[in-house]
Amino acid sequence: MNNSQFNTRRSILYVDGVTVDFDGFKALNGLSFIAVPNTIQAIVGPNGAGKTTFMDVVTGRTRPTQGRVIFKESIDLSRYDETAIVGLGIARKFQRPSIFPEHDVLKNLELAVFKRKDILNSFFFRKKNLNNKLLGDVANKIGLGSVINEKAGSLSHGQKQWLEIGMLLAQECEVLMLDEPVAGMTDEETKKTSSLLRDISKERTLIVIEHDIDFVDSLKCPVTVLNEGSVLAVGSMKELKKNKSVIDVYLGR
Amino acid sequence: MMRSNFLSNLLKGDLRAKIFIYLLIFAGVIVPLLNLYTPEDNFLHLTDYHVALFGKYLTYGLLALSLDLIWGYCGILSLGHGAFFALGGYCMGMHLMREIGVRGVYGDPILPDFMVFLNWSELPLAWYGFDHLGYALFMVIFVPAFLAFVFGWFAFKSRVTGVYFSIITQAMTFALMLAFFQNDLGFGGNNGLTDFKDIMGFSLQDTTTKIFLFCSSVVALGLGFIVSNKFIKSHAGIVTTAVRDQEDRVRFLGYRVEYYKLSAFVVSAALAGVAGALYVPQVGIINPGEFAPLKSIEVVVWVALGGRGTLYGAIIGGILVNLAKSFFTVNFPEIWLFFLGGLFVLVTIFLPRGVIGLFADLIKYFKSKKLKTNE
Repeated sequence: MNNSQFNTRRSILYVDGVTVDFDGFKALNGLSFIAVPNTIQAIVGPNGAGKTTFMDVVTGRTRPTQGRVIFKESIDLSRYDETAIVGLGIARKFQRPSIFPEHDVLKNLELAVFKRKDILNSFFFRKKNLNNKLLGDVANKIGLGSVINEKAGSLSHGQKQWLEIGMLLAQECEVLMLDEPVAGMTDEETKKTSSLLRDISKERTLIVIEHDIDFVDSLKCPVTVLNEGSVLAVGSMKELKKNKSVIDVYLGR
Repeated sequence: MMRSNFLSNLLKGDLRAKIFIYLLIFAGVIVPLLNLYTPEDNFLHLTDYHVALFGKYLTYGLLALSLDLIWGYCGILSLGHGAFFALGGYCMGMHLMREIGVRGVYGDPILPDFMVFLNWSELPLAWYGFDHLGYALFMVIFVPAFLAFVFGWFAFKSRVTGVYFSIITQAMTFALMLAFFQNDLGFGGNNGLTDFKDIMGFSLQDTTTKIFLFCSSVVALGLGFIVSNKFIKSHAGIVTTAVRDQEDRVRFLGYRVEYYKLSAFVVSAALAGVAGALYVPQVGIINPGEFAPLKSIEVVVWVALGGRGTLYGAIIGGILVNLAKSFFTVNFPEIWLFFLGGLFVLVTIFLPRGVIGLFADLIKYFKSKKLKTNE
C-alpha cells in the first residue's frame, strides 16, 4: 500500500494489518488502512470483500484476530467496546436507514445530541441542557429543517438516510463511518448527499462504503478497493478505472 | 383541586392516562361504598368476597402493567414474570405466617405449622426478620428486583435477546417452581403458605381489612401506573422505546443499551413483586403453582388482549380477562377454557392492538364520520 501521500499529515485512524478469522474464513486478511483528518475516504469492492467487517472492526462490533486499530495515533481501539468507541469520537451509519420511526425528527436528533447518556442523566434530563443551536444547524444542514416535527417513520427513504447522517453529526464525532449512504436514493438525492458529505468533510473525517461508482467519483476523494479481505488498490477513481486488477475483480464486469 | 392539579402536572396532557386514573379513583371509592352502605339484598351490593376478588383483579392489573413496561416499551418479552409476582407473594406470605404466632395448630410461637410438622427445631435463616412488616415489605421489592438484576445482568451483558431471552425466563420460573415444591427449601413445599390470620393486627376476615387491602391495591396500581408513565415519558423512557425499535442505532449513538434494559427489567420485577404481595393476603394462599410457566404466559396474553405498549391497555386486559375467567368458570365450568382460548385467538387475529386499539379505531371512525356529516 502506498502511504507516501499521507506522510506529511497525522493520521486519525490507522488500521494496522488486521485479520478477522471467522472459524477459518478470513473476512479480513492483513488489511491496512489510513485516514487523515478532515478528508473523505471511500471504500469499494465486490460483495464479500470485507467492507462491512472492516467497519465492524473499527466500531468495536468485531474483535480483530490479529492486528491493531489505532485512533488518533495513540488509542488502541481493541481495548474498547462499541459504546466506548462512540464516546471516543467514531460514529457509524448503518446500511439500512436506522432511525426511530415512532419519534419525530427533532426527538431523533435530540437522542443523538444529548451528551450524557447514562440512565440517571436520561431520567432527570432537562430540555434546557440541550444544545438547541446545534440541533437547528444540523436539521438545516441535512435539509430537514421544515419537517422537524414530523414522525420520522413518515419521511421518504432519502430523508431517512439524511436523518441518520444528521444524527451522526449531532453526536459531534470526529470520524463518521457511513455504510452505503446513498443506497436506494434517487439521482437527485444522491447528488445532494454528495455535496452534503463534501461539506461535512471540511470539519470531520468521513469513511464511506459505497457501491455506486458515479457517487464515489463525485466525492473526489481517495478510493480504497477491497477484495477478499485485503486492499487491492488505492488511488483516485480515475487511476483505479485504468487499474487492470481493479477492472478484473470489480469495475470491469 | 389540589389533587387534579397535581395529577395534571404528572400526566401532562395525557388525556387517556388521566381518564384511567379517575376511573381507578372512582373504583377505589365505589367498591367500598357498595359493600358498606347498600343493603345485602340490593342487586348493587358487593359482598366481602367481591371486594377481595376485585382487589385480586387489581393486583393482576399491576402484574400486567409491569410486563407491559418491558414488553411494550423495551421489546423484552419475559415469559417468567409470574416468578417475580410469586416471590413478592412469598415474602408477604412469610410475614403473614409469622404473624400467626401461637394461634397455629401446633401453637409454636416462632415456627410456622409446616416446620413443626416436619420436625424442624429452628427457624431457617431466610425467615429471620419477616416478623417485622417493614422488613417484609422491603423484601417484597428487594427479592424480585435482585433476582431480575442478577438474571438481567448476565442476559443483557451477553446480549441474549428475543426468543432466547423469553425461553430462559421461562426456564427460570420453571426452576423456581421445582425448587419451591421441595419441603427442604423451607417455604412450605407444595402446600405453600396459608391459614393466615392477621395483617398488622387486623383479622384478614374483617370487612374493613378487606376494604383496606382493596384500597391499597388501588393505590399501588395508581402509583405503579404514574411511575411507569413518568418513566416512559422521560428521556430515559424515550431511549428505552428507541432500544425497542432500533437497538443497534441506540448503541451506536453511545448509549449503554444493556443498562437501560436492566433498569426497566428491575423496575418491572419490583412492580410485579408488589402485585404479588398484595395478592397473597386477599387470596389467602401462596404456593409454588404461582411459579408455573403457564401463569407467566397468561400474563402475556392479558397484555396482548388489552393492548400492548399503552400501560392502561395492559391493566385493562389483566382485569378484563380475569373477570371473564371468573364469569366463565362459574357459569360454564366445563367449557370455559374453550371460551378463553377462542377469545385469545379472535383478538390476536382481529384486534392486533388489543381492546384498546379497537376503542381508538372506533373513536377515529366516529370522528371522521362526524366530520363528513358536518361538511
